[in-house]
Amino acid sequence: MITAGIDLGTQSVKAVILKDGEVISRGKAFSGFDPAKAAEQAVGEALKRAMLSLSDVNHITATGSGMDMAPNSNSTISMMGADAKAGVYLFPHARTIIDVGAEEARAVKCDDNGIMVDFIVNERCAAGAGAFIEAMARALEVKLEDMGPLSLKAERASPINATCVIFGESDVVTLIHRQESKPEIARAIFDAMADRVSSMVHRLGVNPDVVLVGGVAKDVGFVASLKRKLGVDVLIPEYPEYAGALGAALVAVKRVKKV
Amino acid sequence: MKETPKKEDVEYWRWQEYHRVFSEKKWKNKDIITAGVDVGSVGSKATIMIDGEVYSWGVMRTGSNSPDSAKKVLDWAMEGTGLRLDDFKYIVGTGYGRVNVPMANKAITEIACHAKGANYIWGPSVRTVLDVGGQDIKAIHCDETGRVTSFLMNDKCAAGTGRGMEVFADLLKIPIEKIGEVSLKVEEEPPPVSCTCVAFAKTEAMGLLRKGWSKEKVLAAYTHAMAIRMGNLIKRVGLEREFVITGGQSKNIGIVTRIEKQLGVKCLPMPDWQENGLDPMIAGAIGAALFGKALYEKAQKS
Repeated sequence: MITAGIDLGTQSVKAVILKDGEVISRGKAFSGFDPAKAAEQAVGEALKRAMLSLSDVNHITATGSGMDMAPNSNSTISMMGADAKAGVYLFPHARTIIDVGAEEARAVKCDDNGIMVDFIVNERCAAGAGAFIEAMARALEVKLEDMGPLSLKAERASPINATCVIFGESDVVTLIHRQESKPEIARAIFDAMADRVSSMVHRLGVNPDVVLVGGVAKDVGFVASLKRKLGVDVLIPEYPEYAGALGAALVAVKRVKKV
Repeated sequence: MKETPKKEDVEYWRWQEYHRVFSEKKWKNKDIITAGVDVGSVGSKATIMIDGEVYSWGVMRTGSNSPDSAKKVLDWAMEGTGLRLDDFKYIVGTGYGRVNVPMANKAITEIACHAKGANYIWGPSVRTVLDVGGQDIKAIHCDETGRVTSFLMNDKCAAGTGRGMEVFADLLKIPIEKIGEVSLKVEEEPPPVSCTCVAFAKTEAMGLLRKGWSKEKVLAAYTHAMAIRMGNLIKRVGLEREFVITGGQSKNIGIVTRIEKQLGVKCLPMPDWQENGLDPMIAGAIGAALFGKALYEKAQKS
């Protein structure tokens, strides 16, 4: 049995192919102006790697903010539902799944079957999402991928009170004028963002094990800050940005069985 | 080391800095001379009052250092008056950087100062004051003496603030002082942008421009969304008439018109500040200087 999950995110589309419930391939494409086309590309890439064609797939489930635009999909699942499913599949003891993407952050509380029981979302504000790091990296004139490693070199924390991308940019400029070092400013940026995400998670309740997924989970700087703020260990899977697509593909397995 | 800006990088966000002295008024040593210094996150304002009447004021951009900005703006208000720092009987600091006003005898919150200042500018009938600052927006209720009875604020989010407007002025390459007018140059009001966050609204606006929307239409859609946000804040605190707007955005006719439409009431008309010198942007500094006079008189009595 072959199933596929597609996660149409604001920045990129991810696809995961499962064979009898096990991951056999992944694919990714930038959303750009045409998410439907990006979805086709991502699925096409994953299928090619698995040496399969679209007709071999029994069920495709879509998720993500653009899930309604997914071509060839048979069903959809909410982003929170997909996160819960993937979190518990990857780490059976997971009870809190935090997903930080390009434009949104959310936390999901789930039971031991990977069924979502509660969730909280930070939307319509860039401060708690990947967009914040991107904007701050630009202000600091540092490459996005260098931000995390740079922040780990900081010797101390120099707090900024920015909880808004727009004000954050001026705060960073102030710190530069004050001749703070770049590692310290980078750390301040991750601390401010982790503060926002962790206060959201605290409202939901921090139930171990805590799992972090989404593209921002690959940023070592953010992960270090989040661990400090939450005060618990945070588990991160090998391919955190594919968690949504994985969750959708797992849901597809159930839906095939039901038919 | 100062770089001269190239012609093509015009700073559309930058607003004019003003300075004004009522030279027909003369101060004497026995007068109660007070000053209010309002160091906001974006703009610094200073007002000098003689016996509780506005004598001079200055408005300039806040630098990265609050004490410096406070000193500069007060110096500017003092320019051409012959006043010296020790002529002041009392100086009150207010605004975001109020604790960093080195020459101040006391710091008072900008909420109290804006209510007091609005009462001075528009008179005792004012009950609701919407202060749109650089970094936050506040809806304030006050009584006939300008005393605060309740308030609500939206902080730490650029949506609806002056800073957010500056970001859009820059994006659309329209001078900040023109954006109100320009936003009204649409035949039909477009639906508001769906993103509240300025960072996302920027992305949305760029998409609309690519779709072929005119600058005016995009600005109207953004201004519309921001006016809804401000209007909702007023609705939450409750609208009591009379209603006025203070802070830099009180001069944004696009915002004012849309809030009036949303709430179904007219604001009290803005004073012709170029004529009488009562700029709604200095409401907080006026309030601070008035508190200074009251505090000085209280100290004299005891």
